[in-house]
Formats: sequence, C-alpha cells, structure tokens
Amino acid sequence: MAIEHADVLRAAHLARLGLDNADADRYVDDLTRILNMVDRLREVDTEGVAPLAHPLDATQPLRADEVTEPDRRDVYQRCAPAVSEGLYLVPRVVE
Amino acid sequence: MLDLTFAEMARGLAAGEFKSVELVRGLLARIERLDPEINSFVTVTRDQALERAEAADAQRARGEAGVLAGMPLALKDIFCTEGVRTTAGSKMLGNFVAPYSATVVEKLAATGTVSLGKTNMDEFAMGSSNENSHFGPVKNPWDHSLVPGGSSGGSAAAVAAGLVPAAMGTDTGGSIRQPAAFCGITGLKPTYGRVSRYGIIAYASSLDQAGPMARSAEDCALLLNAIAGHDPRDSTSVSRVVPDYTRDLDAPLDGLKIGLPTEYFGDGLDPGVEAAVRDAVKVYESLGARVVEVSLPHTDLAIPTYYVIAPAEASSNLSRYDGVRFGHRCANPLDLEDLYKRSRAEGFGEEVKRRILIGTHTLSEGFFDAYYRKAQQVRRLIRQDFLDAFDKVDVLMGPAAPTPAFALGAQSDPVSMYLQDIYTIAINLAGIPGISVPAGFVGNRPVGLQILAPHFAEAHLLNVAHAFQKVTDWHQRRPVQD
Amino acid sequence: MQWETVIGLEVHVQLATRSKIFSGASTAFGAEPNTQACAVDLGLPGVLPVLNENAVAMALRFGLAIDAEIPEVSVFERKNYFYPDLPKGYQTSQMAQPIVGRGTVEILLEDGSRKAIRIHHAHLEEDAGKSLHEDFIGMSGIDLNRAGTPLLEIVSEPDMRSAKEASAYLRAIHTLVTYLGISDGNMAEGSMRCDVNVSVRPKGQAAFGTRAEIKNVNSFRFVERAIAFEVERQIDLLEEGGKVVQETRLFDPEADETRSMRTKEEANDYRYFPCPDLLPLMLDSAYVDHQRSLLPELPSAKRERFIEQLGLSTYDADILASDRDTAEYFEQVMAVCDDPKLAANWVQGDLSARLNRAGLSIGESPVGAEQLGGLLKRIKDETINGKAAKQVFSDLWERRFENADQVIEIKGLKQVTDSGALAQVIDQVIEANPVQVTQYREATEEKRGKMLGFFVGQVMKASRGTANPQQVNALLKQKLDALC
Repeated sequence: MAIEHADVLRAAHLARLGLDNADADRYVDDLTRILNMVDRLREVDTEGVAPLAHPLDATQPLRADEVTEPDRRDVYQRCAPAVSEGLYLVPRVVE
Repeated sequence: MLDLTFAEMARGLAAGEFKSVELVRGLLARIERLDPEINSFVTVTRDQALERAEAADAQRARGEAGVLAGMPLALKDIFCTEGVRTTAGSKMLGNFVAPYSATVVEKLAATGTVSLGKTNMDEFAMGSSNENSHFGPVKNPWDHSLVPGGSSGGSAAAVAAGLVPAAMGTDTGGSIRQPAAFCGITGLKPTYGRVSRYGIIAYASSLDQAGPMARSAEDCALLLNAIAGHDPRDSTSVSRVVPDYTRDLDAPLDGLKIGLPTEYFGDGLDPGVEAAVRDAVKVYESLGARVVEVSLPHTDLAIPTYYVIAPAEASSNLSRYDGVRFGHRCANPLDLEDLYKRSRAEGFGEEVKRRILIGTHTLSEGFFDAYYRKAQQVRRLIRQDFLDAFDKVDVLMGPAAPTPAFALGAQSDPVSMYLQDIYTIAINLAGIPGISVPAGFVGNRPVGLQILAPHFAEAHLLNVAHAFQKVTDWHQRRPVQD
Repeated sequence: MQWETVIGLEVHVQLATRSKIFSGASTAFGAEPNTQACAVDLGLPGVLPVLNENAVAMALRFGLAIDAEIPEVSVFERKNYFYPDLPKGYQTSQMAQPIVGRGTVEILLEDGSRKAIRIHHAHLEEDAGKSLHEDFIGMSGIDLNRAGTPLLEIVSEPDMRSAKEASAYLRAIHTLVTYLGISDGNMAEGSMRCDVNVSVRPKGQAAFGTRAEIKNVNSFRFVERAIAFEVERQIDLLEEGGKVVQETRLFDPEADETRSMRTKEEANDYRYFPCPDLLPLMLDSAYVDHQRSLLPELPSAKRERFIEQLGLSTYDADILASDRDTAEYFEQVMAVCDDPKLAANWVQGDLSARLNRAGLSIGESPVGAEQLGGLLKRIKDETINGKAAKQVFSDLWERRFENADQVIEIKGLKQVTDSGALAQVIDQVIEANPVQVTQYREATEEKRGKMLGFFVGQVMKASRGTANPQQVNALLKQKLDALC
C-alpha cells in the first residue's frame, strides 16, 4: 500500500510530531520503502490463524485491592518541567 | 585482576584475593582513560560506586556477603535508576533523573553488585549500530572505525573494552545478541517474561526483554540467577520457579540434538561468518552432539512482521513524552498543540520519529487489519516454526548476525539497517531464549554463534554455551586498547 | 410532522475500589492535587499496569445483576489520543472484547409501567485526571489524582424514546450500582457521569436519524434538560430543511443549551489495539459463581417480594425498593414492629418528610430503624395512639430519649383504655358543657355526628391525649344518646 504526503502529515498530527513539508517529503520516501518491505505480509495465507498478541499463552494476574503507594508528589515533581501548587502546568486547555 | 571474567572476579572476591574497592577504582580509572574515545557510558556514577564497593567490602569482612557482593557492572541507560539520570539515549530524557528504580536494578542492588554507571544505547533502543544515540555513537573496541552493534552497543563495548566485567542490556529484536556478536562477548536474551520489565523504558512491550552481557555463559548464569523471577509489578512476568542457572553448566552434552535452520545459512550471509559458525558446530559434534538440518519456513517474514508490531507498540508507548510531567519541553509553547508538537519534534531523533510515524500509520483507521492484525497472525506462524523445530531438536544454532561489525556510517538506509536483525528478530516474536557466544573472527572482527532453546530452557541453553567455552578460547580474546 | 426521539446512554460509573484499577494509589476523593498519583498513574517511563481484582469483581457483579452474557475472555486495549489529563497518551480501556456482554435493565416510568432497556455491553477502563482552569498566569493546572480510578462504562442500545425514559434509565442504573455496592453513585463528585446519544426521526420510520453525542451530562435533571434542548434543536433544523450533522456536543447547564465540540470529520482516530502490557483476562466459572453468590437481593426482586409477601401497594413497593438504604431501613423497622403497612406509611410519611426538611439522607436519620420500629410496635399494640406517636417521634428525632418506651414512660403517654376511668372523664366533660349537650340533643342525627367531634376533642384534652380515640367515640356516643 502506497503512503502519500497527506498520510504522513496525518500520522504526524495523530502522533503530535511537529513536521514541516520538507520533513514530510523525506518521510514519505523512508516510509514507502519500509511499507514496501512490510507488504510481503499480504501474500501470506493467514486464513483461520488467530492473532498472537503475546509470545506466551498466559492470562492476566490480578492484584489485591489495597492501597500500597504512599504520596511521593515532591519526588515525582522534581523531574517536571513546570509545576505550581502541586499541579502540572500546561498552556490553557480550551473545551 | 581487572581482566578476569565476571565469575572469576566473583571467586577472587570471595577468596579475598582483592577487594571490591580495588576493582572499582581500577575500572573507573580505565573508564576515565579509554571511554572518551569509545563513548560507551552516558553517565558514570563514580561516588555511588565507591560507596557501594566499600559497603560490600565491609559486608564481606563481617562474613555476610553473597556471591555477587561487590561485583562491578554497568546498566544500559534504559533501566530506571533512582536518583541517577536515565536517558534511554534520547534528548527527550536528557535531564530525566529517575524517581524510582527498575525491578532489575533493585534485584541487582539487593545482591550487593556495584553499578559503575549507565551505558550508551540507540535512542529508545531503536537501532542496530548505536549510531542513533543523542549522546553520540559508540566505537567498537576491536576497531574504532566500526560500530559496536545496537541497541545495547554501550554495554557490549564496555564489556569488550574491559571497562566492566558485565553489563545489563535489553533485547527487542536482537539488541543484546547482535552487539554481543559484534564485540566478541557473550549475551543472553532470556524467555519473554522471565525477567521483569518494570522500570525498563519501554520500546515494544510484547518483545522487550532484559538480559546479561558478559564474557562467558557462566557469567550470564550468575547474573540471570540475580535478575530472573516473577515481579508482581509486571503482569507479563511469569510466576515459574527460577532454577539455579549455574547448577547444570557442566552437564555432559551426550545425545544433544542440534538443528541448523536452512534459512539461517542462505543468501546475504557473510562467508567468513558462515565458516566460523560451521566450525563452531563441528566443535559440538566433537563433543558428542548430533546435527540435523531443520526449516523455519516463515523466517523471511520476521522482519516485515516486526516492523509492524514494534513500531505500533512504540508509537503508543512513546506518547507519554509530551513535555508535561517529565522530559523535554519546548520553550514558550503557544498553546497545547504547540507544546506537544514542538516538544516531541525537538526531543525525538530521526529513527524514533520514523518508527512513531510507521506505527501510527499502521494502527490508524482503515489500515489496522491489513497491517497490525495480519502481523499478529504471521507472528503466530513464526512462533509455530520454532515450536515445530523444537519437537525435533534440543537447540538451534546459527549466526547471530549476517555480517561482522560494519563501519560507522556505512548503513545509511533504514531498511538495509533493519536487515541486520534477520537472524535475531524472530526469536523475540516467538518469545524464546537465545544467546550469542564468541565463535571466531573475520579478520579482526568477532563473529557470534547464536544458540536458541525452547521457552524457559535457559539452564540448558547456558549449559550448551558453557560446554563450547570450556573447549574454546574465543570468549577470552581481548582487543588491544590504548 | 410527528417526530420520534431516539436515545442511547453511555454511563460511566466510578467503581468503589480502595485502590486504582492498575496501581496501588488511593482513590479517595478530595485529596491535595497529585498526592494520589503514583508512578504508574503518572505514566512515568518504564512503569507497568497490574489489574485490580476488585474492579473485575465489581464489573462482573454488575453483569450478573443485569443477567448479561459474561464472556470467558476479555481484553484490554489502548485508546490513543493526546490530552493533558491523560498521562500516558492513551487510555487503557476495552473495545472488541469487553468484560460484560449483552444484558437488560428494566426501567419504571411515571405512569407505573415498565420498559426493558437493552444493554449493548459494559467495559472496564481507567478514568482521566482533571484540568483546573483557575488562573495560573494563562496556564491550566493538571491534577492526576483521579487518573486511574476504575470506571465501568455501561453502553445501552438506543432504546429510549423520551427524556423521561432516559432519566428513568439513569435512575435505574444508579439504583442498581448502589444496591450492588460497586459505586457510591455520588453524581456531584463525578462518581456517575453520562454521555447521551440523541437523534430524531419521523414517526413510523425504521431507520435512525443522524445522532449527536452530548458529553458529560452529570445529573438526572441535566439529562432531561439537555435532551429536551437537543431534540428541539434537531427538529427545528430538520423542519427548516436542514441536516443534523454527526458531532459531539457539550451541555451547558448555565445557558441550558448544547453546543458543538467537534464534528465527525475532526473526530479522533483512536488507533485501538490490544494493550501489550496486559494479558487476556480469563474468568473461570468458579470465580463467576463466587461473585454471583455475593449478589444482594436486587431491586426488582425486592419490589416483587414487598408486593407478594408483605402486601404493599405497587406504589409503596416501588419507592421503598428503589434505594438500598431506604429498603434496608424499612425492613429493619418492619422486623421490629411486624406490620409492613404501618412501617411503609411511617418510612415514606413522617420520616421521609422530616428527613427532606432537614436535608438528610436516610442513612443520617437521627431516628434509627430500631427506634422507629419500637415506636410503631407501641402503636400496633395500642399502647399509644397516633397523636402521642407523633410526639414520641419528635422526641426521638431530637435525641432526647433512647427509645419509644422511655418517652412513653417518662411523659406518661400511655393510652387510657380502662373504660371505667374513661367513663369518668366523659361524665365530667358532659357535665361541664351543658349548652353543647342541649344543642346535641336538639340536633338531627346527621348533625349529631359532626357535633360529636367537639366532645371527643374535649375528652382527649382532658386525658392529655392518652385516651384511645375509637374508644372515646364509642363511649361518648353511647352516653350522649342515652341523654336524648
């Protein structure tokens, strides 16, 4: 399946990656070659083959409903770029 | 004393031949001397290391030390280490001091090992040459014009250069085994789920697995003993008994049945690599093993499958780097969109962006079934190849990489770089364990023999690798430094 | 043209677990910002989720209560989008294989009739944090305490045909989740939130019209108002020859209107895929059976029992069974006084009125069920009459006494049933009111009935309210008639 300029821009927007037009052109090229390589999958007959999400056939373990995590806000916010009064700051959110 | 294997060094410490502080001082001096050129460390934790070494020596003096107390090692900079900068080779995390430690780091610390620092790597573990690091490329200690392999290139180079006797790596598509092969050391990727992923900065969650990189299989066994086991913080870690991986190292190989996958000896395999691998197989025959040819028919689909699944998972795993709670944040964002787009554009390197774009595209509406679902189906076929093969043989053997280490800057095309992992990637898709052991040279460039075993058969895998190292000395060879 | 409204609801219920769905951080409401956001909730590099057993159990009990299909395997997926209150850039949710399959919820309409609303599925997911917009120098502040609180999203089929039906459905869900004890149902604190899908179509047309989704409608009243506004908007649009566009709208309770947030074209592409950090969730039959054994008597069963076994009216049964606390209170009262109708009257009458006036819930009632039961027991065995009962109730409410018997004893409210003593009082009243006695004698039989009230009042007064009114009536009539 071919990938076009608009597809790259769309993916970049969904992934919130700032990309200018020249970047996008370069990525069209790279991504086309990668997808051509990936396209070999399409020739494989997978009729009736169940998808494999995990390499082991294991099931989800469950955790007891207990509060085990203490308040470590100060430690966690030491690596934060912008905080005030315990809140993470971002440019104003408009709804 | 500094050039002993990890296991020999541990025995020396136990016998009182030297102290941990002496080892650590000696290695730190070597790092200071050699690493400006090799660039295998991103961060050296000198003070903490000396402190821990002293504590370990004191513990030993009291007679309370375990086997690994005071043993120096290094951690790939993908393991979160509380209070220590943890970058994943990315500008995005250039200033990220981890507020907690990975389970592997905690387990290693509990045994008394001493970390000398964090090793260089391809950004977010995406790469096969270590050229994708924000902190600059790593040089192969055997020839500084060559790459060390990737993504755990810093760990491999540090061990090969004798800067540490062992280092921890992670392997998503070959990132332990390929650099181990390129640098002439021993690297083990355990079964998926054998070692906790908690605190390891995620690349592709259904493929990532941590493992030891050291001089010998015996070294790897000692380290796997320390890090393996169920972790209640990792849903995908397995609650299965952890054996003593050193116990069966010396078991005889009588009747061992080795499979050589036809597909691992085809076009594109360097003749020098093939010759070294076939010689290694002959050594096994001389030890009493039987060799048969087997087929892994879906081998050529492993790379296409991987380049759907890994980027898809990565595109989602890397969404958390948004400039809000940690990591790089652009200057003066105009609005929320600008904050996201510029922080991420500035913080991520080329290869990471490429994989985020591929992953985002293949998961998006209208493409999911053709790419992601299809890849998951083929993944099952690839795993089945291995299950079928292990019905016939005990282990599989082949090259770890199609060529020996290549020159820095030689692979500029992403797709041809991806083909580097042709013999390692399927192993992650299937979740089985694999090890690369030094098996000769092409010129001055090391060759790695890859040995594969069924799920959770690490003890046997290490036994088979150790038997080879008892009768060969490839793993003892050292590059000349200075 | 006659229009028909079609409504479907997505109700998000915060589950009342102690810790979060994928981490060990507390879910308590109202903590200082980000003090209950642990490494996992913050999505720090390298962290991993582990599923809370209690969240699974609660979702499962909801499924069993609505008689839903319970699939053996369910799968967590990632819903990918960027928003500052979503720390990881994805929400862990369920899509293709939810924990609860098709089921049914019965709703009660105002005319007393019932209607079955089909549930499409219910799935587990994690809640997001909150953006606070107070002035941080032109910035918003993000609090992630709520991030990771378990949510059960209950998705109905488009089976509702009016705003009233929609709010009745929401009430039924509220009743059910509070009965099951899986949520506190506190809508003011956001424990239950609701997205409403609304469309209209010409009456008789089979195909659905284009729908709008109204986000975050967070009270029973707002549901009705938002739907009423939206239906009118869509009908006006269509009647003017316009078209409804598929879009997401936000209800503004201040302006009492809905307004557009984003259209389908701008809609996100969420790129759902199975979460590689979580494994398929398997529910074996032993576990399912165990959860079934933990189910309380459900509201519908309780209502039936109230009608069939206790002989309550449908009206009484509906009201008493619609709230678990009320039902439990009623049943305790009844157990003490052994008179269902009397208990029902008091719980819904005097108690309910007094609670409303004081703004208290039944759980906060100053008069406990034991106390009220004890009081009613004394009415039933005729120790006190109705008037005295109200006084005893007041005293209990003010917490002046421990129980009804104590009030009766100390205040001497015991009903006088000794006919000799009563006859004496009546004789005194007759003697003291000669004028009225004469009037009575001269009145017609019809008028006498009315005049009797005067004498009863006097007798009750003279007995300080302790006389048995029926007895007073009978004796008075007998004595007065004897004078005629």
